[in-house]
This record gives sequence, structure tokens and C-alpha cells, in this order.
Amino acid sequence: MVTYSFLALFLSLMGYFVYFQLYLSEDFINNSYNTRQELFEDEVIRGEIVASDGEVLARTSVDAEGNETREYPYENLFAHVVGYSTAGKTGIESTANFHLLRSSAISVENAANDLTGEKSIGDTVVTTLDCALQQTAYDALGGYDGAVVVMEPETGKILAMVSKPDFDPNELARDWEYLTSEDSESSVLVNRATQGLYPPGSTFKLFTMLEYMHENEDYEQYSFTCGGSYTFDNKTIHCHNNKKHGTMDLKQALAYSCNSAFAEMGTSLDVERFVELCEDLLFNTSLPTKLGAAKSSFVLGAGDPPEDVMATAIGQGKTLVSPYHMALVTSAICNRGVLMTPYVIDHTVNYKGNVVKSFEPKEYGALMTESDAEFLKDYMHAVTSYGTADELGGQSYAAYGKTGSAEFSAEKSAHAWFVGFAHRADMPDIAVAVVVENVGTGSEYAVPIAKKIFDAYYESNP
Amino acid sequence: MAKLIVEVSKYVMMILLALYTFDAFRVLRPKLPEEVKNGIWKRQIVLIYFVHLDGFLVIYAATDDIRMVAFYFAQVALNTLILICYYLIYRNASKSIGNNMCMLLSVGFVMLTRLSFEKAVRQYLIAVAAVVIAAFIPVIIRKTSGLRRLSWLYAAVGIAALLAVLIFGRTSYGAKISIAVAGIAVQPSEFVKILFVFFVAGMLYENTDFTRVCVTTAAAAAHVLILVASRDLGGALIFYVTYLVMLYVATRKLFYFAGGVLSGSIAAVIAYNLFAHVRVRVLAWQDPLSVIENEGYQICQSLFAIGTGGWFGMGLYEGLPNKIPVVEQDFIFSAIAEELGSIFALCLLMVCVCCFLLFFNIAMQMRDQFYKLVALGLGTVYGFQVFLTVGGVTKFIPSTGVTLPFVSYGGSSLVATMMIFAVIQGLYLLRQDEGNKNGEKKRETGKRKTGFDAEIQDLA
Repeated sequence: MVTYSFLALFLSLMGYFVYFQLYLSEDFINNSYNTRQELFEDEVIRGEIVASDGEVLARTSVDAEGNETREYPYENLFAHVVGYSTAGKTGIESTANFHLLRSSAISVENAANDLTGEKSIGDTVVTTLDCALQQTAYDALGGYDGAVVVMEPETGKILAMVSKPDFDPNELARDWEYLTSEDSESSVLVNRATQGLYPPGSTFKLFTMLEYMHENEDYEQYSFTCGGSYTFDNKTIHCHNNKKHGTMDLKQALAYSCNSAFAEMGTSLDVERFVELCEDLLFNTSLPTKLGAAKSSFVLGAGDPPEDVMATAIGQGKTLVSPYHMALVTSAICNRGVLMTPYVIDHTVNYKGNVVKSFEPKEYGALMTESDAEFLKDYMHAVTSYGTADELGGQSYAAYGKTGSAEFSAEKSAHAWFVGFAHRADMPDIAVAVVVENVGTGSEYAVPIAKKIFDAYYESNP
Repeated sequence: MAKLIVEVSKYVMMILLALYTFDAFRVLRPKLPEEVKNGIWKRQIVLIYFVHLDGFLVIYAATDDIRMVAFYFAQVALNTLILICYYLIYRNASKSIGNNMCMLLSVGFVMLTRLSFEKAVRQYLIAVAAVVIAAFIPVIIRKTSGLRRLSWLYAAVGIAALLAVLIFGRTSYGAKISIAVAGIAVQPSEFVKILFVFFVAGMLYENTDFTRVCVTTAAAAAHVLILVASRDLGGALIFYVTYLVMLYVATRKLFYFAGGVLSGSIAAVIAYNLFAHVRVRVLAWQDPLSVIENEGYQICQSLFAIGTGGWFGMGLYEGLPNKIPVVEQDFIFSAIAEELGSIFALCLLMVCVCCFLLFFNIAMQMRDQFYKLVALGLGTVYGFQVFLTVGGVTKFIPSTGVTLPFVSYGGSSLVATMMIFAVIQGLYLLRQDEGNKNGEKKRETGKRKTGFDAEIQDLA
């Protein structure tokens, strides 16, 4: 018996070792602390990164003397998401480093290269990125700073990810000193889509409303008369431009984004349950991605003064989210509450075009129940039908969403937000999150960007 | 050209070791005719010399250092000495164990030489001394009958040595494990392991009544607690598990074993809550990447090495094993996996498992309860140590910082392991004596039960 117990120990150790090598090792090899990755660079010519339609986003060209240059044909367009590998590694260049430096040609050929000292050709990484959508989002954001994330909720594919200001990765070496110097404004190298943390503004009302719905079975009977502001405990919250919304039900309160109504709702909520809900929605949690996303924070405590609760309920407070996070939650709402693990690498192929490894859609988990998602969807439809995003009404597709205008300083204009998704039976749904820095309202600045993306997406299949 | 040798050799060494490992297990099969066994052992010897030769071919090609050639021949001489010892002098010793020992030493020397020539030379000198000392052990075991009467002497010396470390020992990597004797750092716990096994065997071989078990347990607990106080958790765990296994086999009472496991688990939980260094180890095990800057650095480097090496390895001198802190000692397995590949490393692990099986095999076969317990105890010490070190560096279990016997750098570990193997060889000689006596009787009544499986069944 003792012998068998020991044998069992050893067998499980060996089994684990094989399992590690097959499935776990990639995470370790790919870690940016692993300086051993560089050893592969001596043996392999870094593979290409291509868009879902095969357009080359990054490639290595080798001149007659064997000097290698990493080229990015689309220049600024994919700067943040594809990243660079010339001064450290970021974006897909970093997360897919392992695949780019693996040559999965026939092993005989590799062994032969090993022996002759010839470099093997690294695998091509095929991404989920859609060139046309990326271009549309990029152009729509125009000269503003901000970020756009476009996803396919049903699969978790990231279709586009734009961050501005941007840079040309081809010229990185030349511009490096300027880009990283203290006086270069607004941290160009930061991917605002995943790492930018913004106050959510009124987009957060979706969550306040969901919590209200959980705590009040009779939410359909909700009624509030807005006189342009709401005062509680000597603290006053104003509606945008002090607009008086009159008497509204819950759906109308969301559609018109009435601050007074939501401030009042906030004061009635059970703070602990509210925190729990937000944590289920991935606040204060590491987001699923290897692209290096910042954690969103929601820091309301049971003892906090009502003014903080009211501010938080309308998305002002201390809450911070990334556009990427909002895109995930929006995708989950669109996909019956279930978040599909977001991914940007679809598959890898060797230089002969044979598929080496495919990444299939995987469920990350339910962020909310199906009925919660239905409820939000229904109410988000009101926003685009007659509310703050009515520009999206009456299209060939049905749109759902929520706008936001996040005030963060008395002197500057608000950050404009839009989060939402669109549905038309003949194509997979898409979800977007848009943030435009320091411009004004979501209706005015973010909704048109979302519309251009939806239009372009559905026009591609008229 | 050097590059070519490195690349070809990593495959060649892998294939040679795989063949060797296959043979090592094949020869364990019961009822294999003697001629076949002899053939296998001869082939194994050839494989040992070739793995070693190929390793040094790479080392010489990569370093272009003539000292390597001299060093190679010195090692060949040592291997040959060991093989002569077990093939010509102790003819009845286990040839499998002798071969495995040479293979493990050879791989260890190749890797150590690649990591640090100076350390490898030191290791070599100690190995020569150890082989000479160990050469006398089998005959001492065979001829000395009083070993079983010295139990309390073993315990007294053992506890005194461990206490000396606790009080005067040097702290390295948070644990006190070594003490300077005449200017040389010695790790007494490596030797106390052997004394401990003899102590427990001496206490329990003829009498396992309750008082005796209690007294023995108290003395065993003293060993373990001193080690815990010295923060040598790996050592403490080895003593603890060894005692439980020996106690169980001596008494056949599952009650003791279960009680031991239970109290050990409780102790582990208490230790976890009480000692920060225990929590650190556990944290570094659960999610090493999250604490990569500090506590997780070593294990992460180890996993980077193993992962990046892949199945076939980077080739000797093509990896970065020196990035792993204390790579020559506790993390040599990772260095081997990185440069010679995971398949090679797995084969090496299987050779260790094979040694362990041979230890337990002799334990099954010994009729003398004292020696049965000794073999069992030493087998557990060896097997569990292999499990701790390989499990630790691969993140299967929290890292406890123990060496891989025969392969890792470390004089005390090397000498102690050599002694353990020599004691086992002594038992093989004794078994042969027992077998000869019994064989005469049994030949009249019928077939004697032979073979590995039959013996395994006995114990199971």
C-alpha cells in the first residue's frame, strides 16, 4: 500500500508536469518578466500580425544583409491594440509574443534550420480585428482624444479598439524621447481603451437602476416628478442645464437621463447590496484580458454621506471605469447576461498557412441573470427611441444604449460617453463603448460615433 | 560547428536517456532470465558512458576549454570505479542501483559543469571521497550485527547535531541548515536522516507496544520540531513522513498513520497561521506571478526555464539557467529541463523513481524486520526528497528547498545519498545471504517466490 501511495504521488507529479508543459507553460513563457523569450529571437523571424481579413498589421522585413525591421503598414491606425515590439513590447505584440516567436513549420524543417543556423519563420497571428470597423471608429473619433471599443457579444471577439492621441509605431525609435518625455502632453502611449479610467457619468445609471429594480418589486409603478434638481440632507443634485423633466416613470427617467430621479433612487438603496452588484459587474476586479487593463473602481461604503451616495448613483462620485470594461458589461447585457471571454487573437497559422492553434469563444460567466439583461435591454431601447440617443432610432437595425456626460472638473467640458449595442437578424450583434474627452454631452459627441460604427457595420451587408 | 553539436546532442542525449530509462524499468520485471538481465545492464553501462560523453562533447565545443577534457576523464574514472565496485567487488549488489547511481551522477556532473566549473570540481572531489567511504559500508552492514542495539545513540547524536545547527547554524535563504566544521559548511540534517531511520528501525523492529511507540514518537517529534525551529521545512517534512511510513509498516495499525496525518495537518495549519515565512511559501506557490518581484521570483524563474525549454530543451549553454537563484542546488531540475528538455527531465525523474522502487523492493524482500524497516525508511527518505524537490520546482507543491539526490550541488547531500545507496547495497548482500539459506530449504519444498511483482504484492 505504501509503495502504491508513493507511485501515485510520482505519477500525479509526472502528470502535472506534462500538463504544465502542454497547457500552463504558455502563460509563463509569455510573461514579460521572462527574459528567455529573447533567446527565440535569435532563431526565429518574428511572425506577422494580420487582421481577420488577412490584411497585414505588422510584419518583419529582412534586407539583403539580414537586418530585420518591424513594419506597421497601417501606421497610427492600430497603434495601441497591435502595439510595438521595438522598445519593449505592448499590445498584441506583447501578448502574442510566444506565438510570433514560435515556428510551427514541419519540425524536420525546423530541426534542419536549427542545424544550419538558418532562421525559421515565426507563426502568423490572425486577430479578430476588423480593418473597416477600426478605420470607421478611428475616423469617427476624429481629432478628439478618447477611446472606442467594438465587440461581438455572442463570441467575445474584439472587432476594433481605438485610442487617441496615437502614434506611428514605425517611427517609435525616432519619436521615443519625445513620446516618453515629461512635457509630452496626454500620455500618447497609453491605450485609453483598456487603461484609461474615466468617471462613468450617466452610463452608470444603468447599474443604479438595476439595483433599484432588484430592491423594489414594484419598480414599474415608479414615478418621480423632476423640478430640475433634487435636494437631500442639504445637498443638491442638478439635472443637466437644470432641465425640469416633469413626471416620469423609471423608463423615462433613464431615457432622459434625469439626475434628480437617480439621485433620489440612490438615497434609497442598500449600499452593501449595491457594492455587491457592482462587483458582480466586474468593478474592483481584474478584467479578463492579457492586454493589461486597469481595474475599475467602485468605492461606496455603508457609512458614506448621502451626497457621496447621490453623486455615485448618477455616475459622478469616485467611481472610475475603462471603456473596455463598459464594453464588456454592455456585451453581457446584449448576450442574455452572459459575458463571453473577450479575445483578440483568433488563431495562429504557420508560414505555410496551416492552422496551428485556434482560440474558440469561451464563456467567462454570467454577470447578471437573463431577466436582468432583458430588463436593461428593454430600458436601453427607450434611450435610443425617444431619449438622449434618439439619433439611433429608426435605423435598419435596432439600437440599445445609454449616454453619459462625465463632469470631472469645473473648468473643462465633460467627457462624452455612449455604451450600447445594435441588433439586426441577418448579422451578429455588435456592442460599442465610446468615450470622447473634454467635449460635452454624450448625445452630441459620443452617439454620432457609435452611429457611424453601427451604420458601417450593417452597410457592409446591405 | 559548436552550434551543430549542441543542437544534435540535445536530441541524442534525450534518446540515450530514454533508452536507459526504458531498460531500467524493463529489468525490474519479474522472472526475467539472468542472461537477459545481464545484457540489459551491460547496455545500460554503454548508455551511461555515451550520455556523459555527449554532454562533455557539448561542454568542450561550447567552452573550448581544455580543462573540460581533463575533467571529463576524471569523471569517467570515478564512474568506472563505482561500476567496478558493484560489478566486480560486491558481485551480489544490485547492478540496477549501481547503474542508476552512475547515470544520475553523470547527468549531475554535466549540468553542474555547465553551470559552474568551480562548483563542479568541488563536487567531484567530494564525490571521490564519498565513493571511497561508501565502498566500505556494504561490508560493514553485512558483517556488523550490533547496529540494531544502538538506537538511543543514533537519536542522541542526531538530536545533538540538529540542535547544534539550530544554535550555531548559519542562516541562508531564511533557514538554518548548515554549520561550519573545520571551515567547511556541513548540513548535518542530511546525515541525521540516516541515523534517524536506524533509530526508528532499532526501536520498532521487535516491539511495537504502546509505550514503545509513544517513546519513539516523542523522540521523532523532537527531531521534527528542532528542524521546524531552524525553519528547515523541507527537512522537517521528510523526517515526519519517513517516521509515519516506518511506524505504519512496523505496527500495521492504520490508526497510528491516520492519527499522524491528522496531527500533521493540524500542525501545518497552525504553522501557516503562525509563521509569515510559511505563508510566503504558500503564496508564492498559489500565484507566483502576482508576487514575482519578491517571494515568487525564484519559482517564476524556474517555471520560465521549464516552459521556455519545452519538450526538447534549448540545448546546453543555450538557455539562461543561471537566472534562477540557487539553481545548482534546489533548482537543478529546472536547469536540466530548460537546456536538455522536459522529456529528458521526465526520464531523469523516472530513473529516480526506479531507484525508489528498488529500495522498496529490497524492503519487501528482507526477512529481518530491522533491515526491512531500514530499507523502507531510507527508501522513503529518498523517494520523498525527490518528490519534494521536483514537485517544488515545477510548482506542483509549495517549494521547500531540498536537493535532488546525486544531481544537485552540495557535499553533504552527495555524501549522505552515497551512504544511503551503500547501505541499501549492503542490504542486497544480506538478502543474498538470507536467500541462500532459505533457498536451500525451499528448493526441497517447491519454488521460491521471486520477482519484483510478487514482492510488491506482499507489501500491498
